Amino acid sequence: MSTSLGGRVVGGTASYIDERTGAAKAMRYGLRKVFPDHWSFMLGEIAMYSLVILLLTGTFLTFWFVPSAAETVYTGSYGPLRGVEMSEAYRSTLDISYEIRGGLLLRQIHHWSALLFVASIAVHMFRVFFTGAFRKPREINWVIGLTLALLALIEGFAGYSLPDDLLSGTGLSFARGMILSIPIVGSYVSSFVFGGDYPGEALIPRLFIAHVLLIPALLVGLFVVHIMLVALHKHTQYPGPGRTEQNVVGYPLMPVYTAKAGGFFFIVFGVTVFLSTFAMINPIWAYGPYDPSPVTAGSQPDWYMGWLEGAIRLLPGWLEFQVFGWTFSFNIAIGGLVLPGLVTVAAFMYPFLEAWVTGDKREHHLLDRPRNAPTRTGLGAMAIAFYVLLWSGGGNDLIATHFRTSINDITNFLRIAVIVIPPIVYVVTKRICLGLQRRDRDLVLHGMESGRIVRLPHGEFIEVHEPLSPQDAWQLVQHDAHRPLPLPEGADGNGVRRPGTRAQRIRAKLSHFWFEDRVEPVSPAELAAAHAHGDHHAVTEEHTEMQKQLQTGRH
Amino acid sequence: MSQTQHGSTDGTLAQRPGLPEHAPQIEGTTAAPTLFENPGLPPHVHRLADTDPKAAKRAERQVAALFTLSILGTLVFLVSYFAVDPQTPVYIPLIGRTLLQNFLLGLGMGCGIFFIGIGAVHWAKTLMPDEEVVEERHYLRSTAADRDGAVQALQQGGEESGIGRRPLIKATAAGALGLFGLPFIVALRDLGPLPGDRLSRTMWKAGMRLVSDPEYAPIKVEDVTIGSVFHVMPEGIDKVHDKLEQKAKAAVLLMRLDPADIKSTKQKAWGYQGIVAYSKICTHVGCPVGLYEQQTHHLLCPCHQSTFDVTEDCKVIFGPAHRPLPQLPITVDTEGYLVASSPFHEAVGPSFPERGHR
Repeated sequence: MSTSLGGRVVGGTASYIDERTGAAKAMRYGLRKVFPDHWSFMLGEIAMYSLVILLLTGTFLTFWFVPSAAETVYTGSYGPLRGVEMSEAYRSTLDISYEIRGGLLLRQIHHWSALLFVASIAVHMFRVFFTGAFRKPREINWVIGLTLALLALIEGFAGYSLPDDLLSGTGLSFARGMILSIPIVGSYVSSFVFGGDYPGEALIPRLFIAHVLLIPALLVGLFVVHIMLVALHKHTQYPGPGRTEQNVVGYPLMPVYTAKAGGFFFIVFGVTVFLSTFAMINPIWAYGPYDPSPVTAGSQPDWYMGWLEGAIRLLPGWLEFQVFGWTFSFNIAIGGLVLPGLVTVAAFMYPFLEAWVTGDKREHHLLDRPRNAPTRTGLGAMAIAFYVLLWSGGGNDLIATHFRTSINDITNFLRIAVIVIPPIVYVVTKRICLGLQRRDRDLVLHGMESGRIVRLPHGEFIEVHEPLSPQDAWQLVQHDAHRPLPLPEGADGNGVRRPGTRAQRIRAKLSHFWFEDRVEPVSPAELAAAHAHGDHHAVTEEHTEMQKQLQTGRH
Repeated sequence: MSQTQHGSTDGTLAQRPGLPEHAPQIEGTTAAPTLFENPGLPPHVHRLADTDPKAAKRAERQVAALFTLSILGTLVFLVSYFAVDPQTPVYIPLIGRTLLQNFLLGLGMGCGIFFIGIGAVHWAKTLMPDEEVVEERHYLRSTAADRDGAVQALQQGGEESGIGRRPLIKATAAGALGLFGLPFIVALRDLGPLPGDRLSRTMWKAGMRLVSDPEYAPIKVEDVTIGSVFHVMPEGIDKVHDKLEQKAKAAVLLMRLDPADIKSTKQKAWGYQGIVAYSKICTHVGCPVGLYEQQTHHLLCPCHQSTFDVTEDCKVIFGPAHRPLPQLPITVDTEGYLVASSPFHEAVGPSFPERGHR
């Protein structure tokens, strides 16, 4: 008990609050809560901190931004645009950049942070996917996380459309073309969204309220649920000695994680500020106000929209056709509507599909090493390859100008590549995983190559292999072996199909796809056998052996 | 929660007691768990600062220095905000010309924030306990008693409400709850007018002069030399209240070709002495088709690279667009200025479902 004035004030306040909330119980438990340590767990943290930075800088920007398409004439301090007609939205964005001290910095932090936000969400999702962190009991949190990722994309697009500059307007006309491609009702949806003709004056205020209130409220709400579930489930941990499905090994929230994770917030924020200081982003004054008739070559959306842009560029024109006088523009709709829909559904479904295939109902708190789930890792790599190819399709003009190649060749190549390359990536990745598993087996059975060459008395040279420590070996043998299910027999003795076997057959076939090619982890019997007649003894055994041989005079 | 039991480093991995030699699959699943025994945490290795008071003191000074850098950074921000002229340019290597105040504000704020983080992490890594702590997990599933209790509470509530025994209430409540949201959906109707035929119409009328964009000057035949290209709007577009909306549909490209190069008779007839006018709005998603290749007479959309051949009535020769750019029929008025001889004969711009109905 502190008797100083400060101590009494703190103690008194804490007591006041606890008597009215009972918070001490939660604090006692919460402050000693253990988090495991790993660099890959910081990816989600970057996303979390970027969200905070976005809310903070975004609030500042709303103080000066005018969400209106009303026409005005620029009279501010940026010379080249003085006297030019523009919207209030563009004018106020120029003012934030030129008249408000630190305004440009805040705008740049906001934009950089938005890019980092989406990027860190994407990489965090890769981490969760490749380590199998989505397995029971975290399937719901995977779904929430994916929803957050989608909201982040929409929020980002709404945000960079707001300044009403030429580039963002081009992005909006792209969005409008996609809306028009919705079969049957496209023109109606477009007219409702834009409040009449494109571009109209209705969209900017509508986008604004979606960007500053509607989507952020959903983002923050879902994020709170996301992080509460993380606390409830307790964080996953990588496998290792002493780590089990029943415990979590790491450092307590107070003081270590408060300092580390709290400090990391300041590091992320600081790096974002430095980026915004040293690297210009979205110089809207260079683009000019939006006008539907001009455009600049090399127009690019923010990076996370690049894959959809790529899909739109690669789809061939013959996918547009007429049926009974109705025009169906699948050259746009497949890229803009069908593809993101399919990708989203596939990502939402994956944890449930894998759980069905493995039939595994256990809770999983130890992560998979990606090599130990070769099919999953292959599928993930395949998805990334598909994404990257589409993304490079979105930059086909830049590739053509930078590398002086034909835009037509690049486009034609990518049209085939997006279909052919991902399956190749799947196969190669899976083979690499299996190879790494075999290497793990070798290490456990025969030990580590020490690099020391020893000459035996009879002249043979051998390299001394040193056995792994039990802790190192455990890392390589701790995982589950998965084996495909036996194919059920389709019919009984009288040739009558058994009910329910259709689903079973599909499941068995899928389990063959998943686990047919596999490397069994080392079993204790194999390890014992390797030790018994090992040609790769530990160096001490080697010495005694040699001494024995010398003593018995066999040479 | 307990402090860790550390395992030993000698010996080898042991088999879990009571298991067969070959790992058995869990019934109904593909998974077979490992047969080995978890060896427990390796022994803890102490850091220099844990054992050497001098190293600890040094770490303390480093952390304090990092926090001091943060304080200095914030001061730089404050001083630059008030004392540095916002218009003074400066040249920074690797960045180029920028405004001094912006640069100092960013540098100050960045240091003020960044060094707090570095200091805190360095503090945690060197001076705070680094011995790992083990916390037990518990199954999330509630006990059987709690589950039964929850089901009972729900059933009891349902019975006490009497919803099962009073079908009239059940039906009307379902109807009311099903309908009450409708007004909020119906009210979305007035987000915008029905599309009507506005997507199919532009400002262009017969006899309307072609004016250059952005000067809005009428164009004479002799102004348009072979190989030149004009960005064109209908006369009077700067006077209408919905200027941007009309521009988005009416923008036209005017080019002059050698009449011998034109392969389509319709194209020749709708042009004037090799001068032809085409909608500038791409038939793909509606970007302005801004790039004209003089030598090949190709028009390229810079957004998605749809390529149109002007010598063949602007048909698509590459890229994602499907339809040719619509041609605007033109002629010359009595004063020698280029005018539209009729409106567009089809809808311009990106495809929409009803565009074929007209």
